[in-house]
Amino acid sequence: MTDTLSRRTLLRAGLAVGGGLLLEVSLPVAQAAGKPASPEPFAPNAFLRIDPDDTVTLVVARVEMGQGTVTMHAQLLAEELEVDPASLRVEFAPADRRYDHPDMGIQLTGGSMSTPGSWEPYRHAGATAREMLREAAARTWDVPKAECTAEQGTVVHAATGRRLRYGELVEKAARLSVPSVTLKTKDFRVVGQSVPRLDSAPKVDGSAIFGIDVRVPDALVAVVVRCPVPGGSVKSFDATEARTRPGVLHVVQIPSGIAVVAKTYWHALQASRAVSVEWDEGPLAGFSTDALLETHRRLLREGKGVRVRDSGQADATFGKAARILEAEYSAPFLAHATMEPQNATAHVTDSRCDVWAPTQGPGMAKEQVKRVLCYADEDIHIHQTWLGGGFGRRISQDYILEAVHLSKALSRPVKVVWSREDDMRHSPYRPAATHRVEGALDEAGHVLGWRHTVVSQSLFSEVGQDYVGALLAGAPGFVKSATASLAINAMGSKDITSFEGVDSLPYELPHVAVDFIRHEPGVPVMFWRSVGHSHSAFATESFVDELAHAAGEDPVDFRRQRLKYQHRHRWVLELAAEKAGWGTPTPPGVFRGVAVHQSFGTWCAAVAEVSVEGTRIRVHRVVMAVDCGRVINPNLVQAQLEGAAIFGLSAALGQRISLQEGRVQQSNFHDYPLLRMNESPRIETHIRFNEAPPTGVGEPGVPVMAPAVANAVFAATGRRLRQLPLSLG
Amino acid sequence: MLKLNINGIEREVDAPEDMPLLWALRDVLGMTGTKFGCGMAMCGACTVQVDGVPTRSCVMPVGTMVGRRITTIEGLARDGQPHPCQRAWMELSVPQCGYCQSGQLMSASALLATKPEPSDEDIDAAMSGNLCRCGTYPRIRSAIHRAAELAKQEGIDLARAIGAPEARPEPQPVSQEEEP
Ligand code: FES
Ligand code: FES
Repeated sequence: MTDTLSRRTLLRAGLAVGGGLLLEVSLPVAQAAGKPASPEPFAPNAFLRIDPDDTVTLVVARVEMGQGTVTMHAQLLAEELEVDPASLRVEFAPADRRYDHPDMGIQLTGGSMSTPGSWEPYRHAGATAREMLREAAARTWDVPKAECTAEQGTVVHAATGRRLRYGELVEKAARLSVPSVTLKTKDFRVVGQSVPRLDSAPKVDGSAIFGIDVRVPDALVAVVVRCPVPGGSVKSFDATEARTRPGVLHVVQIPSGIAVVAKTYWHALQASRAVSVEWDEGPLAGFSTDALLETHRRLLREGKGVRVRDSGQADATFGKAARILEAEYSAPFLAHATMEPQNATAHVTDSRCDVWAPTQGPGMAKEQVKRVLCYADEDIHIHQTWLGGGFGRRISQDYILEAVHLSKALSRPVKVVWSREDDMRHSPYRPAATHRVEGALDEAGHVLGWRHTVVSQSLFSEVGQDYVGALLAGAPGFVKSATASLAINAMGSKDITSFEGVDSLPYELPHVAVDFIRHEPGVPVMFWRSVGHSHSAFATESFVDELAHAAGEDPVDFRRQRLKYQHRHRWVLELAAEKAGWGTPTPPGVFRGVAVHQSFGTWCAAVAEVSVEGTRIRVHRVVMAVDCGRVINPNLVQAQLEGAAIFGLSAALGQRISLQEGRVQQSNFHDYPLLRMNESPRIETHIRFNEAPPTGVGEPGVPVMAPAVANAVFAATGRRLRQLPLSLG
Repeated sequence: MLKLNINGIEREVDAPEDMPLLWALRDVLGMTGTKFGCGMAMCGACTVQVDGVPTRSCVMPVGTMVGRRITTIEGLARDGQPHPCQRAWMELSVPQCGYCQSGQLMSASALLATKPEPSDEDIDAAMSGNLCRCGTYPRIRSAIHRAAELAKQEGIDLARAIGAPEARPEPQPVSQEEEP
């Protein structure tokens, strides 16, 4: 993930239709396990096009779900191309292997990996185009290229004051061979600047077209009645009544349930309530999350995990300890609750399929549609829209397949729209997890060892089928299925997404052991902003706090001493503590808590200031510090931290998905609350600048929030809250 | 056919009276700037102004809207000039995914129309019905203050800054969805 700087980026240039310069950037896609060598070594994964009228078009291979990807990519390109990033025309890439993420080997936006994945290739594209334009100018004027400089979309010959616009040079430039270039390492002009977001204008006048806004002529709208128990299926149904309702045109059974198809969403929704279905509730009938927690506890007592980290001799140390501190932390299933409910529009004809949808994985969507329709690659067109939030939810393509099934059955375009209740009850969730942590202490309360067991379910065994399927697309069938099941099993038993952040516990302790117990209750699960870190940091950073108090030491000092050689952890910890005024008096009734955690290659610390009124926890102020290497746009980094803080606080203070009798108990924002304006704390964000390769910031702000607040609640009340969401009730 | 005054234009809407205004706007008139988030008046994504008052269109039967003045995000700018809120929103890079922002702007501009210099408490009171999953609240707060400042500096009357207040008589051609 961090080796992108050394990876060689390859480019191809050519003449565009209409006489422009077309530049295709390509880089060798990482060889994922079992991935056959690509037969096409120059698969381009980004386009840059400069037209004779000076329009510079940038095709962004990642999706924009709010994280600022459009602005960031424009800055990278503009830096080397010597243009104003605001002048670029940005297009989203269609689903095409050429836009696969260089490290993930798939066209996916997630894992805070867009920035590291694009840092080199997009600058490279800009630099190459610039050099070709300079060369073209030099030949036009018959002067040495060294005398020609690129600035503001033009090439200038200073000695004679001559100047040509890029648009005037593209035709000549396109006929040149691609030069090798060196990228700037300092004196950045655009990189590092708080360039205002380039996607604000369409988002403040209602003109941005999100998936749910797509209007295809003749399209009908569908609402799907799904089994109240996830994974259940239709035994029989009666839609006689629903079919008579106004505006209803069809009632169709699809794999996920019964679809009512009507003129408008409202017509479909009203009629959907009149469908009666007899369900086969499937394996989750009778499942409850209370029972799951008891199962987790039993598994933790039995203790048959896979060891995923073993440094020193933790087990022996515990035999000799003077005192053992023990704690159990638990985290519930969580919904992503993207503001835009899931939706997709599909138009399937005999010879082609068009899909318009907000998806984080256009490549995955295409592979899955292909499986349903058995159409050739080139006949499936996934059109990318703006995403009304993603947070991992839209790595799952379930809603797209519904639209495809319906359009195929009805031979006309269909838009599927999920209600908020559908979204809350029928989505895949952040897996529930339970942690048991033990600290071995000596007589004086010093920590000798840390033993930690996580029980959770594997994300990769759930998502793996699709992910590996997309990775292996193009490989012969038998290779595909053999490799896929091997990979999924391997990923499942030691699935890093279940214990990430625990295995990398940064504190300098003589003995550390981490075990993982995989337990599969069968609840659908999915990556959720910051994935395993979202619960593992709660356990580790709460327990570190418990150890600090057991040793009678200040929580910041205690951490700092044990992070002597983890300088980036220490930097952000110290920066957050300093800016928050750690150790200085707080307003009456207000208490501080701290947490620090590294995830996705980015270091983040937070200090939360909290008061407790009765059983109500109020967060007044959050001070965050981040180290994400070189910062491409400080303003975007800060926005992501602010958003992550609120996202993390919403989960810490009130969110959980619980099931009883197999049914999800939550349905809408009254029982799955998001923080509101009046509950939102003052958030201060600080960046620890350095020149390490840039890393992503979409997720790393989330994990620190729950432990920082829980630790502050302990400071305020002496009560240690070990269950999420935090509750004093 | 219901006759509605939307953004100063008389529109004929072929919708049952109990259909929420939100779906009449989105699915019948094709005005998709107003968003669907929860369908039960809890998120504010669908906020429009009815006679200047911020209103959750997802629970407002369209039949009750006859004779009222409806303003949607598409009508927030006036004579092609962005509303001071829209300018402040862009200046401070408020939107992340942007999905909630139509509703946020309709609530914020209604607040400023009655309170041109709102306090933080006024903002809490007026904006707490608008959820943002991306967590843009701190910037929304700053942007409302900034819009107030812009209006003051430029002498803009925030009570009259929103869209076209008077109904224009001539009905515009409507891109009606083809009757299936
Ligand atoms: S959609 Fe109307 S308030 Fe949520
Ligand atoms: S900007 Fe995404 S929900 Fe508000």
